[in-house]
Amino acid sequence: MHTFAYARPTLLAEAVALLEAHGPDARLLAGGTDLVIRLRDGTARPGVVIDIKRIAEMRPSIREEAGCLVIGAGTVMTDIAADERVRRSYPALAEAAAVVGSVQIRNRATLAGNVCNASPAADTAPALLVHAARVVAVGPAGTRRIPIDGFFVRSGVTTLARAEIVTAIELPLPDRAMGAVHVRRTRRRGHDLASVTLCCGVDATGVTRIAYGSVGPRPVLAVDESGVLADPTAPGAAKEAIFERLFADASPSPRSMRASPDYRLAMLRVLGARALRIAIDRLAQA
Amino acid sequence: MSESAAAFPIELTVNGHRRAIEVAVHHTLLDVLRDDLGLTGAKECCLVGECGACTVILDGRTVDSCLVLAAEADGSEITTVEGLADERLAPLQQAFLDKGAVQCGFCIPGQLLSAHALLADNPHPSLPEIQEGLAGNLCRCGCYRQITDAVLATAERAER
Repeated sequence: MHTFAYARPTLLAEAVALLEAHGPDARLLAGGTDLVIRLRDGTARPGVVIDIKRIAEMRPSIREEAGCLVIGAGTVMTDIAADERVRRSYPALAEAAAVVGSVQIRNRATLAGNVCNASPAADTAPALLVHAARVVAVGPAGTRRIPIDGFFVRSGVTTLARAEIVTAIELPLPDRAMGAVHVRRTRRRGHDLASVTLCCGVDATGVTRIAYGSVGPRPVLAVDESGVLADPTAPGAAKEAIFERLFADASPSPRSMRASPDYRLAMLRVLGARALRIAIDRLAQA
Repeated sequence: MSESAAAFPIELTVNGHRRAIEVAVHHTLLDVLRDDLGLTGAKECCLVGECGACTVILDGRTVDSCLVLAAEADGSEITTVEGLADERLAPLQQAFLDKGAVQCGFCIPGQLLSAHALLADNPHPSLPEIQEGLAGNLCRCGCYRQITDAVLATAERAER
């Protein structure tokens, strides 16, 4: 591993100032499960690594605040998967957090890091899209909230501005009942990246939200407001037509080693139908 | 705030002993445990967080020590496989031997620490819980059955 300067600020403003001073030569370090790999293989060669874990605002926390469940940027997957409020109100997010990497990875990897890394295969991204999460970012110009659907650009690229730091992910407290689930397809059980990762949420007004990843440069959110998908008695052909529209933005890369585009597109439809059934069942039980 | 290019002073409690050392900021916790502290139980293998051979317990939770910078571990408590036994093997270690779970042995320190942390959280895990708890530790000898048997046997002997 090449060497770098290691900065360990305790104030958020210091971290922002370091990012302003060093620009793209600085990288933020949270859980390190992506960054340390890249430091070692040389695909990231920052002059400065800014460890944000000693900043008070970055301490792990899950709290209710102003109509939202707020997940602090330092919160790791293990704690999100185990949190009763997440499991109750956002079960798809708890399920997604529970399948990221292995126990060892989940004990370090943060939700905010997963989002900022912007991998198309990020398992938590579809759940955050379905639950209409917002990314809270602090930068030189102050604090702003970015709807998660406006955050992802492509692998490793987000709409964060220069010197902005994500401090939390906000999930609006649900104002109506929703059944939601996360499902994924991997090459093997256990520790693997998803060939398709998908979340479906059906709410009490008949709106179905489906979000999917690992089938294009960024995770995609698609919404059916017709009520057809949510209606168990709707004809199969009508549902298939809507699924085709919702999956129109899938464009898997032919260069990925994990699965071929044909396979991913086929599995996207299988997982979509499966997740819809589970989401409807969960809504009925809610 | 501190900013440093090379030697970075840290304090660790490793297997109950306080250690104050200077580390290179680009060295991982695994590098420091093995090369600076001489604790070679944690193994260097895949270096991408997939195999679990470098697993240690950091403040009560298992981590892949190849993915943690030593500087990040400043102030933390670390348990390595060297910290599991006292004069005698820990019951979990003895169960690994009794069940034939140790073949080449390379993955065993990581397996033991993952199993130790699992049992600390969940003293009586089901088979699927053991499999999930140890999914981040690969065994190229293919001793998964014997390893899960050893964890189950240790759990059965623990008080309910």
